[in-house]
Amino acid sequence: MTAGVAASNAALRTCDLAVGYSARRGRRAVLEHVNLSVRAGELVCLLGPNGIGKSTLLRTLARMQPRLWGTVELGGADLNSITHAELARRLGVVLTERVIVEALAVRRIVELGRYPYSGWFGRITDRDRRVVDWAIDAVGARHLADRDFSRLSDGERQRAMIARALAQEPLLLLLDEPTAFLDVPSRVELMGLLRQLTRDQRLAVVVSTHDLELALRTADVVWLVMPGGELMTGAPEDVVLAGGIGQAFEGRQIRFHAEERSFRLLTGSGGDAVVRGSGLRAALAAAVLEREGYAVVPSADTPTLCVHARESGWQAVFRDVESDGEDFASLAAFLRGRRGVS
Amino acid sequence: MTKREAAILAGLIVVLAAVFLLSLALGSTAVPLGRVMMALAGRSPERDAATIIVETIRLPRSLTAILAGASLGVAGLQMQTLFRNPLADPFALGVTSGASLGVALVVLGSGYGPAAVGDALGVRGDALVIAAAIAGAAAVLGLVLMVSVRIQNPTTVLILGLMFGYAVSAVVTVLVGASQPERLPQWVQWGLGSFSGVTWQRLRLFGPVSLAGVLIAASTTKQLNALLLGENYARSMGVAVKGVRVLTMLGASILGAVVTAFCGPISFLGIAVPHLCRGLLGTSDHRVLVPAVVMMGGVLALLAQIVSLSPGSAGVLPLNAVTSLMGAPVVAVVLLRSRRGALAG
Repeated sequence: MTAGVAASNAALRTCDLAVGYSARRGRRAVLEHVNLSVRAGELVCLLGPNGIGKSTLLRTLARMQPRLWGTVELGGADLNSITHAELARRLGVVLTERVIVEALAVRRIVELGRYPYSGWFGRITDRDRRVVDWAIDAVGARHLADRDFSRLSDGERQRAMIARALAQEPLLLLLDEPTAFLDVPSRVELMGLLRQLTRDQRLAVVVSTHDLELALRTADVVWLVMPGGELMTGAPEDVVLAGGIGQAFEGRQIRFHAEERSFRLLTGSGGDAVVRGSGLRAALAAAVLEREGYAVVPSADTPTLCVHARESGWQAVFRDVESDGEDFASLAAFLRGRRGVS
Repeated sequence: MTKREAAILAGLIVVLAAVFLLSLALGSTAVPLGRVMMALAGRSPERDAATIIVETIRLPRSLTAILAGASLGVAGLQMQTLFRNPLADPFALGVTSGASLGVALVVLGSGYGPAAVGDALGVRGDALVIAAAIAGAAAVLGLVLMVSVRIQNPTTVLILGLMFGYAVSAVVTVLVGASQPERLPQWVQWGLGSFSGVTWQRLRLFGPVSLAGVLIAASTTKQLNALLLGENYARSMGVAVKGVRVLTMLGASILGAVVTAFCGPISFLGIAVPHLCRGLLGTSDHRVLVPAVVMMGGVLALLAQIVSLSPGSAGVLPLNAVTSLMGAPVVAVVLLRSRRGALAG
């Protein structure tokens, strides 16, 4: 794809943007030299440690706070040059904050998204109604349309809030930690929904999240804010390969396993361990060993520990002590009992 | 608007008309409903005492009650939406206290009796009391506004409004303590609340001012609906939040001040009426709620008026006591039901 095509597709583009706060004594930049672009149909996940400036960046992109310097273009127009209504027609926003509203049907909430299109009194036309129906269908909430918003689950509420943002018919959807209050299945569902919207509706979506592993599996592009404040961008796999995730999130107790794209807790070095067997049981046995502080290796000449995972249970050899059992709880208990010996 | 909502609004109109007629018929002397209708239609066969009572005393009193109830209900609705707090109303914001201060300065300073006392000094005196009330309300509101621009948290603003209210009430108390004893009964009388002091002549001032306040709310229903989701979401959907906030606070303070000036500090109607309407209609949609609140406010104020006159020849119950007894249980229910964080701001 040529640069020219990319430019014409850009829903959002920043140039040498600096975000932060203006205080009385001067401006304090949280992130500087931010050069980003999002194309239609792209799902971008904004990642980074807490307090690094993700929300500040999103709020600036949504014009909820002024930028310090640089430019932001939304659909080809400078962000600061468009009216409130025009901004709302180009950009839909979903925030972390819990919306508390009593006695309002989901359809009424979604209709609020037509605000930038309707007149002073907010009369809803047939076209508005069609867009609202489309938005409700797009998030799979038709069965919720006549329900009271306050009686929905947190996941269903976020769906309704996304439908409301869709009813604005935006180019770009910005979501600031929309999964924060959700349980795990709802998080996965929500990210799946966002991905679907980019595919079906050619929507550009930028979402900040702490759900790193889910983001790395779902995103087209990752914007990773590094501890120093610089941004690493690219496909999730490229960012992983460059070691960005590890640099940004690893701590004294935590290591990022690039192959599995997940984090591990460092629980100490009990020594090398070998797991024999195959399938789910062997994988779960390895998980028990890792939790108990052993480094699971494919093979070793003199492993501290050797575990056979079988259909009937497990059999372990720790140096010259042997034991066996049926479930993983007894395996873990055996390993904990060997702790003092080593 | 759904069919159910339309039916409920129509029902409210019928109830309001019925209670209105009832309030004209009941009182120290009962007037038959037929005579009330004839007097309303201007077709009384003779100008007897009953006709004169209905025309010159009860009709303005009942119209005042409707206007006052509607004004307080609408102001309460605006404040509850703006501050996203179910217990917000002009009293909570200190608007009423500010208005009271204005009234206190005029009443205790000049000895002029406010409308509720039934003084007959004429339009100039009324205008003075109203102007003082609106000035007092606006002064307190200006302070709250200045704070609310800097502090985004609505609950903090609400609590600061309460504090301003207490401070202003303290000033009023100092004024009362320092005033001449013979002026105090008027003040106490005003503090009890009454719809009886508003004559036809005063209605010419009270009516347009309160209607203007209601119109502000009726013309901003779209904006208020968007504000239900909070200011951040409202802004993201294209609402000019600052302008709407100023307009809404202005409207609510006019409504609160004008009622306070003419009828005294009427408590609880502002909180209770919007909640009753939400419960009845099952919606927070302002396009439905504003007309509902106008009518429900009228109904409740008329009922309070009827109850306050119920002792008959034995005298009257203070209006404020009646509205408190009607409104306090509503507020209690709201508090008990809001465990799911409705008070979390």
